[in-house]
Amino acid sequence: MIAEFGLAALWLAAALAALQLLAGALALTPNGGRLAAVVRPAAVVQGLLCATAFAALIWLFAQTDLSVKLVAENSHSAKPLIYKLAGTWGNHEGSMLLWVTVMGLAGAAVALVERRLPEPTMLATLAGQAFVSLGFYAFLLFSSNPFTRLDPAPPEGNGLNPLLQDPGLAFHPPTLYLGYVGLSIAFSFAIGALITREVGPAFARAMRPWVLGAWIFLTLGITAGSYWAYYVLGWGGWWFWDPVENASLMPWLAATALLHSASVLAARDALRAWTVMLGVVAFSMSMVGTFLVRSGILTSVHAFAVDPKRGTFILALLAINIGSALALFGLRAGTVAEGERFSVKSREAALVFNNVMLSAILGIVLIGTLYPLVTEAMGEKVSVGPPYFNPVSAVFAVPMLLVLMVGPMLRWRRDWMARHKRAILVPLGLIAVSAVAFLFVGQIGLMPLIGLTLAPALAVASVLPLKHRKLRLVPLATWGMVVAHFGVAVALAGMACDSAFSRQHLIAARPGDTATVGPWTIRLARVSPVAGPNWTAMEGELEASYAGGAPVLLRPQSRNFWAPPQNTTVSALHTRWNGQLYTVMGDEVQGTQSEGGRWQLRLWWKPFVPLIWYGGGLIALGGLLALIGRVADDLRRIRVKAKVAYRREQQGRGGA
Amino acid sequence: MSDPQSPRAPRWALWLPLGLFLAFVVLVTLGLLKPASHDIPSKMIGQPLPAFDLPAASDGRPGLATRDFATGKPKLLNIFASWCIPCAVESPVLAELARQGVEIDGIAIRDHKPELAQFLARNGNPYTRIGADNVSAVQLAIGSSGVPESFVIDGRGTIRYQHIGDIRPEQVPMILAKLQEAAQ
Repeated sequence: MIAEFGLAALWLAAALAALQLLAGALALTPNGGRLAAVVRPAAVVQGLLCATAFAALIWLFAQTDLSVKLVAENSHSAKPLIYKLAGTWGNHEGSMLLWVTVMGLAGAAVALVERRLPEPTMLATLAGQAFVSLGFYAFLLFSSNPFTRLDPAPPEGNGLNPLLQDPGLAFHPPTLYLGYVGLSIAFSFAIGALITREVGPAFARAMRPWVLGAWIFLTLGITAGSYWAYYVLGWGGWWFWDPVENASLMPWLAATALLHSASVLAARDALRAWTVMLGVVAFSMSMVGTFLVRSGILTSVHAFAVDPKRGTFILALLAINIGSALALFGLRAGTVAEGERFSVKSREAALVFNNVMLSAILGIVLIGTLYPLVTEAMGEKVSVGPPYFNPVSAVFAVPMLLVLMVGPMLRWRRDWMARHKRAILVPLGLIAVSAVAFLFVGQIGLMPLIGLTLAPALAVASVLPLKHRKLRLVPLATWGMVVAHFGVAVALAGMACDSAFSRQHLIAARPGDTATVGPWTIRLARVSPVAGPNWTAMEGELEASYAGGAPVLLRPQSRNFWAPPQNTTVSALHTRWNGQLYTVMGDEVQGTQSEGGRWQLRLWWKPFVPLIWYGGGLIALGGLLALIGRVADDLRRIRVKAKVAYRREQQGRGGA
Repeated sequence: MSDPQSPRAPRWALWLPLGLFLAFVVLVTLGLLKPASHDIPSKMIGQPLPAFDLPAASDGRPGLATRDFATGKPKLLNIFASWCIPCAVESPVLAELARQGVEIDGIAIRDHKPELAQFLARNGNPYTRIGADNVSAVQLAIGSSGVPESFVIDGRGTIRYQHIGDIRPEQVPMILAKLQEAAQ
């Protein structure tokens, strides 16, 4: 019953999306004005219906209703409840339903709240939103129905991919989806603005909170995904330039650029066509990312989600949505009046530089991700990895970080470098000092050296905009900028420290053996079997002591899941203020009867590596502060406007 | 607002994003149409075996050298190790190949005699000769990056086929066909 109920809600939502598209489009024609009243309610009800369908699916997973195919294939009655719930979106169909649900709710929110834009632009925006949603509804209903029944119902389900049975997973995909979908709203705003040629500060202000919100979630999603890969995969690295990681990084890069260019458009009415273009590109990158991950066209760790048939469908959606948006851009951008001019030495110029560099990095990542496809089309197989991505993206990232040290202090429109002499000298001096210091330490590669040199200067430069200001009066949005830029410095320091100072040791140890890595002395005390709800494992007990101090206990596991059968390693970490000890226990190495087995142990000492994720968290926090600040400003402005309107009403419409 | 000297993007530039996007669509469509293949073509196919002369890895079998392959008869060269779990999984398949008359030579990677003896006692010994490669020198020279891997070597000592990972039971006919091909 519940499954049929959910399916019915989904069909109704799709029908309402069609209504929203038609009514929105017709309302823009000379005779269709009366239909305009339908559009906003349709968007709201559509969002509620989606939420209903998604709640039905969660219910089915919580109950482990095995007569539903999706549940039988991805769940298991013995699974802990949190993973039953996470199983709802830990598969293709469920995650697509989550996608349309978030999209529907976001559309409803736009329809309810946004009143600043001219009504035709709003109608075009909501019609655009419905157009994008319709594609996803078609995808769900025709090729990946999450509510399909299975007859007869199997006695037990298949279980969830063990790699995904991790608390991080429960939140990683929803976080990324919130980001992707937020960008879809920005996309709809861009479409609406292009159709009605209303590209101006009002459009940027309406779009900005959605971009900010999306960007916060993308930042969190990438940070969490990176930490997940770090401790679940047990490879000791935090970024692998895997196609899936790139797929999440590209929308983030585009959104970061969009965020900054939208600020320029909102404050100075400049960069009109460029901002609209980025609005289209940011969502395109989300869809391209989804396509690359789901179609299996590139090999990656997310191979669990792969199905070529779905790839064709997503590609068709992609071609229709993005193709028509870019065609619209080609048609209309030429007639969008050009924005305000500005000098080369101005905050606008610094932000343009930031945008160009971010776009260049985006291009580099996109080319690197697609390059194996290009060569395969020409008959040769290659894989592209860190030796390409690291230096080539650094070529653009380093100048961007340098400009970041001054940019936030520049004035809009025109500024004089002489005014900033001291503010520029501080970071420059710091760069020189740390470069010399780290060269003195020696034995550091070029890339980590650059990172270590830039990080302290960037950290100091990022708080300089607060100088000579009453901290209590600094707007929240400025605080957000400072925190986010400081987060970039923190993350950069973590990355550089990891690649400059990490120590690794790989051994085969018998219980009782001792090994050292960095300042740590580690003894394998014993290996004993342990069991969980749906797995059994061999657990090593490691006594690790830092520089001869009191030992801490770490328990890495080599874990065997039995539904579905799969072997994974569970790493054990110990975090100190100055870094992280990372231990992984692999398989047993068969030994002779007299001596007993040896166990593969991989030990890493990673100084200051947690800074990477603290930095990511700070960047997201900065975004959150800015978002709160902007929304509060908007609300205040709306209230003032209402008050003014009310007074006019009182005065008998005198001065209007 | 519109400055006369302002550099304006030419009209065609506005269509550039669409053009790039269409190129992307064409590229991935081609990629989707082509059946996915996960084989990695070996650079070593058609190359003669590199020169090596390995000492015996176990007391029961002689060591292995390049000249042992110039017998006029194709052989299967199996790269394995006692510490490798998939190698143990693969052993019944190798036994089946040996039973069908395939001559199998082994190279044990970074192994110890007692542990190897125990491995062979537990999983059977399909090998005619077993060479000990304690520093992975030969393994790297013939382009193998892991264990287990198997090579079909023809009677003149030329590599004809590289199989990465364990040979699964359903792949036995394929391996036999490769050996047949190498015999011609």
